[in-house]
Amino acid sequence: MLTLTHFLMLSGVLFAISIAGIFINRKNMILLLMCIELLLLAVNFNFVAFSHFLGNADGQIFVFFILTVAAAEAAIGLAILVVLFRTRASINVEDMDSMKG
Amino acid sequence: MENIYLIIVLSPLVPAIIAGLFGKQIGRSGAHTITIAGVALACALSLYVLKAMLVDNLPVYNETVYQWASVGGINMEVGFLVDRLTALMMCVVTFVSLMVHIYTIGYMHDDDGYQRFFSYISLFTFSMLMLVMSNNFLQLFFGWEAVGVVSYLLIGFWYKRPTAIFANMKAFLVNRVGDFGFLLGIAALLMFTGSLDYYEVFAQAESLAGMQINIIGTASWSVLTVACIGLFIGAMGKSAQVPLHVWLPDSMEGPTPISALIHAATMVTAGVFMVARMSPLFELSETALTFILVIGATTALFTGFLGLVQNDIKRVVAYSTLSQLGYMTVALGASAYAAGIFHLMTHAFFKALLFLAAGSVIIALHHEQDMRKMGGLKKYLPITYWTSLIGSLALIGFPGTAGFFSKDALIEAVGHSEIAGSGYAYFCVMVGVFVTALYSFRLLFMVFFGNERMDEDARHHLHESPWVVTLPLILLAIPSLVIGWPTIGPLLFGDFFGSAIFVLPQHDVLAEIGHDFHGPLGFLLHGLSSPVLYLALAGVVVAWYLYLKNPLLPAAIQARFAVIYRLLDNKYYFDSFNQNVLARGSRLLGTGLWRGGDVGVIDGVFVNGTANTIGRIAGVMRRLQTGYLYHYAFAMVIGLVVLVGWLIW
Amino acid sequence: MLIGAAIGVIVARNPVHSVMFLVLAFFTSAVLWLLLEAEFLAMILVLVYVGAVMVLFLFVVMMLDIDTTTMRSHFMRYAPVGIFVAAISVAEVWSVVWLRSQGLPTLVRPEAAPADYSNTKALGEVLYTEHVYAFELASFILLLAIIAAIVLTMRRRPGLKVQDIGKQVSVNPADRVRIVKMQAEKD
Repeated sequence: MLTLTHFLMLSGVLFAISIAGIFINRKNMILLLMCIELLLLAVNFNFVAFSHFLGNADGQIFVFFILTVAAAEAAIGLAILVVLFRTRASINVEDMDSMKG
Repeated sequence: MENIYLIIVLSPLVPAIIAGLFGKQIGRSGAHTITIAGVALACALSLYVLKAMLVDNLPVYNETVYQWASVGGINMEVGFLVDRLTALMMCVVTFVSLMVHIYTIGYMHDDDGYQRFFSYISLFTFSMLMLVMSNNFLQLFFGWEAVGVVSYLLIGFWYKRPTAIFANMKAFLVNRVGDFGFLLGIAALLMFTGSLDYYEVFAQAESLAGMQINIIGTASWSVLTVACIGLFIGAMGKSAQVPLHVWLPDSMEGPTPISALIHAATMVTAGVFMVARMSPLFELSETALTFILVIGATTALFTGFLGLVQNDIKRVVAYSTLSQLGYMTVALGASAYAAGIFHLMTHAFFKALLFLAAGSVIIALHHEQDMRKMGGLKKYLPITYWTSLIGSLALIGFPGTAGFFSKDALIEAVGHSEIAGSGYAYFCVMVGVFVTALYSFRLLFMVFFGNERMDEDARHHLHESPWVVTLPLILLAIPSLVIGWPTIGPLLFGDFFGSAIFVLPQHDVLAEIGHDFHGPLGFLLHGLSSPVLYLALAGVVVAWYLYLKNPLLPAAIQARFAVIYRLLDNKYYFDSFNQNVLARGSRLLGTGLWRGGDVGVIDGVFVNGTANTIGRIAGVMRRLQTGYLYHYAFAMVIGLVVLVGWLIW
Repeated sequence: MLIGAAIGVIVARNPVHSVMFLVLAFFTSAVLWLLLEAEFLAMILVLVYVGAVMVLFLFVVMMLDIDTTTMRSHFMRYAPVGIFVAAISVAEVWSVVWLRSQGLPTLVRPEAAPADYSNTKALGEVLYTEHVYAFELASFILLLAIIAAIVLTMRRRPGLKVQDIGKQVSVNPADRVRIVKMQAEKD
């Protein structure tokens, strides 16, 4: 029997995986963006689960908006990536250190 | 009457300022004319005031001329207190100053700093007048410091000479040490009476004697004793008592006129004057009086010894001054304030005379000061010789001279005193009489008698000094001879000083002597039978023997008592001690504080240190800004995890 | 399966494979949402997210010529730290969700909705009434994203001859024409 707890655990684990992904990935900028998408997915899970269990539609509305923003952010992020690739010919995260103090 | 006092004070000041600032414009004769006119006016008016006090019964004048500031209940004012004591001092100061002004025309004739010199000595006269006419401690201190400053300027008058600069710094610094004690004394009085005015403090003297103060831990002293000793330390500095006497011989680096004015007649007597003025305070503290007695007696005797081995003519007279100042101090300590002031007055005349005569000899020999290169000057410089003889006789206390009256009265007073330490003082002053006679006649014989030891060249140029030099000598010789007669009666045993000097009945030795006083002639005859005269004559005879009859003997004695001679030659090692221990120690301390404290701590730690520390911290923190995106993400996530973890806990 | 897909995103060697795993993750989560009776959202997820955003990802991955061989070095070096931090965050979530909620009344799973319950309609009712302002803003954000993406990546080919009206209008006659005074040539 699936209770709210299970869903919340699921979303937490998803969140953790994506964080691990951010760390572990050192080379690929795209992978970074994908992990961010996973992050947002985890959050959306949380919202939907709560919305269902509380019988409230507000959670789902919020998911709607998160989705919108995530899409926008993915688009812009990729655009920046493309421009970056044009100038540096690399998407290696370790090479992006021009802001080094 | 108030205007007269103001004129007396200001009339030396204005020409001093003009000659000082506009010396070049007004020229030499302009400078000396205005300054002499100023001082002469002050002198005339002072004599007038004295006469008014004596004859017309002028009341004591104690008024505030100008209130400068009033801070927290303390009034800082410029005021005059003119009573008989002040009037006497004013006359002495202005008269000697006038003599010195006239003398300077001749002495400094060839000097480049002519106008500057006149400006300084007039300025000095102003400062000294402010000191003696003051009615509160603040103005006293102002005058005190002002005469110190002018003395510094004058000792270092020939500022291009390194010895002169050394001497003027020494004088000023040693004076400063005395002034420190002086300030502490004034502060103690101010703290416990709340006022700087003389009369207000005097009124509370009785209660001050009862109050106790804790200085240095648990020793509890009477406030009055502490204050009086503090004041006397100032007098020790100014009037060159042991151990603060070291500056006076060095001050002979200055031109002779100022040696006469400042270091014989006036500035050095400021200390004596101050103690006499504060007699209501000192009388109530036997400890202070004993202290004064001992210091004065030590000075009187031991500096006299030093005068025996000096070869510079001015140094001999300088040590003589030190010794006589010791005498005056002894008189003060024995509560014979009037005798001290009386001796101050007579000493001013004959000591200034001796200095000026020495100056006359010096310029006659073209600035030669070593007595070993003089001799037999009697026939070349007659006026100088006769006036020097009169001065020397007055100094040793030859019967009839002014010095006789003052010295003998002084010595008898000390003999009758019962204050602790007076026995020692009596011994010192008696032996001192012998020593005084010895060194003063040693000077006379070496300079004016005997073989002529100067260069041929110098001998050819020998002639008596011009009238501007010899006139002051004569004018000073006259009082040295005669002033004792009319003044001893009223000053010492009469009521001349009135309320100016206060003596407790149990200390009043002068009153005791006064029982036997029957006028100056009686005093003179009485003096013929006292040991003092015979000690003095013995000194003269020994001097004659050593320096005229058997001139090789002194050298032999010197060789025989080489250790003592060395001790005396090094001035009891006071100077060496001061120079090596105190001066060097202070310099080391200063350097240490500079390098360690200033450069090391303040610059290194606080100023540069903070900058360096911040730089170093920034250097560490800088490494956090790696520029790597994942590091930043990492940091964010770590922060998130920590925050959530903290919230969960 | 969702978790498996997520892990696959991270560990895949080929970035294209990573994107594929991400697509898989989205599909499975859409299915799960269907179970939670959020049909509209599930469909939106598949259509919009997978269809548009993931395709975009795929385009970019394939467009950029990525050197895949250098990608996977040092993986093992950072793995422990990452896994450690992930484990901590999981532990945190678990402690809140499971441990703290012991003893609290649990939410009961509500009954299944009636057959004619339209999730879309329910959502629409709320969206266009209460949250219409946010809705408008969201559309604005999308507009912003479009403009930003275009502006960032637009390239001008050099040497392209295009009219720049602004420059044409602001021309100064003195730059173009020089009047020279000459003698009239008489014939």
